[in-house]
Amino acid sequence: MSAKEYLRERFMPHIWCPGCGHGIIMNNLVRAIGSLGLKKSDIVMVTGIGCSSRISGYLDFHTLHTIHGRALAFATGVKLSRPELTLIVPMGDGDALAIGGNHFIHAARRNIDITAIIMNNNIYGMTGGQFSPLSGYGKMATTAPYGNIYEAFDIVELAKGAGASFVARTTAYHVTSMKEILEKAINHKGFSVVEILSQCPTYFGRKNKVGDAVDMLNYYKDQTVPIGSEKKKDNPALIERGIFVEEERAEYCSEYQKIVERAKRGQQI
Amino acid sequence: MIVNVMRGGPSTGMPTKVSQGDVMQARWGTHGDHAIITLTASNLQDLFAITVEAFNLSETYRTPVILLLDEVVGHMREKLILPEPGEIALVQRLRTSVKEGTDYHPYLPREDGRLPMSDFGGVHRYNVTGLMHDMWGFPTDNPQVAYGLIRHLVDKIEGHVQEVTRIKEYFLDDAETVLVSYGSSARSALHVVENRRARGERMGLLELQTLWPFPTDAVRERCEQAKSVLVVEMNTGQILQEVRKALDDPEKVFLANRIDGTFISPTDIRNILRVIQGKGV
Repeated sequence: MSAKEYLRERFMPHIWCPGCGHGIIMNNLVRAIGSLGLKKSDIVMVTGIGCSSRISGYLDFHTLHTIHGRALAFATGVKLSRPELTLIVPMGDGDALAIGGNHFIHAARRNIDITAIIMNNNIYGMTGGQFSPLSGYGKMATTAPYGNIYEAFDIVELAKGAGASFVARTTAYHVTSMKEILEKAINHKGFSVVEILSQCPTYFGRKNKVGDAVDMLNYYKDQTVPIGSEKKKDNPALIERGIFVEEERAEYCSEYQKIVERAKRGQQI
Repeated sequence: MIVNVMRGGPSTGMPTKVSQGDVMQARWGTHGDHAIITLTASNLQDLFAITVEAFNLSETYRTPVILLLDEVVGHMREKLILPEPGEIALVQRLRTSVKEGTDYHPYLPREDGRLPMSDFGGVHRYNVTGLMHDMWGFPTDNPQVAYGLIRHLVDKIEGHVQEVTRIKEYFLDDAETVLVSYGSSARSALHVVENRRARGERMGLLELQTLWPFPTDAVRERCEQAKSVLVVEMNTGQILQEVRKALDDPEKVFLANRIDGTFISPTDIRNILRVIQGKGV
């Protein structure tokens, strides 16, 4: 199946800047869905606000473009009412973890069968380059002209701690493994978190003088290593990528259905 | 359908104390030009019926409906006779007849202004967004499309005020003094009106069950002949302003209110009536 079949070309050109990593993620996401053989009508994509959230408009699924940080709340509602559908929720780092931080940890704790993709470009791009909870200490942003004094979240550790049963990290550079990870995440029954480092040359790149899109992709290539790599021992600053957690655990909708069954039996007695 | 059982505010205010301070919040509690339906009731039998009505109006006009109650109605225990299933008519959602595989326009109104829906996640794939959108549900800032959508969202409600208006009338035919009230305040107002009627005084009560869109015509019609109109509510006069706007002679409209977390009593209303009727404080 060609990736084009998943696109709503009527709504293009898209809003993403030249060099943005989000298009690479969209490309791999539809390829992953294609190789899983999922039907377009079986997929619901829910997004919040930001550059990343516009992905829902461009894809030919049941799409729900909601409010800032609340994509997971809307998705939880859809999944509970239609558990047979596949829920995919792409979010930005600010959307998912600042505005939507509470929804994120509780969706993870519930282990509801939703695939959360965090397109992490370390900044609020759409609104003009404000620092996000993923920008990191010492980084520059329009709202941190003298340097950011906040430490960044570690999305993988946060998702693990909150109870997600599938946690992975990859980058816009590692397209082959990105597709494989997305396939596994979508297939996984439970709350799946996939952090994908995605370059924002327009704001994060420019403000932090890390070069253009190619330089930023090279940075992902050089500064990340597979989980357990020997290189990390010599250089702890390297970022690990791969699948950190993949566990079978009671899923929320299934547990809820059990309650329904129990209550129904109670009525008969 | 959103239920707001009002308590004293602003901010965290007075937990579990009575107030009707959210009337304007129900109307304007979100940003942007919009219309909204807000209903209320003063007793549990009416509340049961109006709750069904709220769902019916929500389905008919494809809009959120706010059920705006107050602490007294919310906490009250009262006899309630449940109607048999089928006794109250239910409005079914208007669904599209567009077949699967045919281009479906979720936001293209029919000639009568209504939009047949397709269940989300069902046979049609479409985009839902909070942004200004075109007939496919795709974000747009096209001035013509934006104008059309705002007009549609406002007109579908404001153009049906009469159909949405729910009021209750007590002794209004020859009333020289008309009390206008809603929610639990209307219970004290009714008590006063019944007592005064028993003494031969020409007093009536107009109880509003639809607060928004404000039933301007219905209020004007019922208050036109009255010498004085007394709005009874538990806020600084949120419905008072609407009643004044509705009438040609707003100076005949007075307010009996409480804003201290205490339920407005018949005595509170009688005290204001004495002033209006020139009987001193």
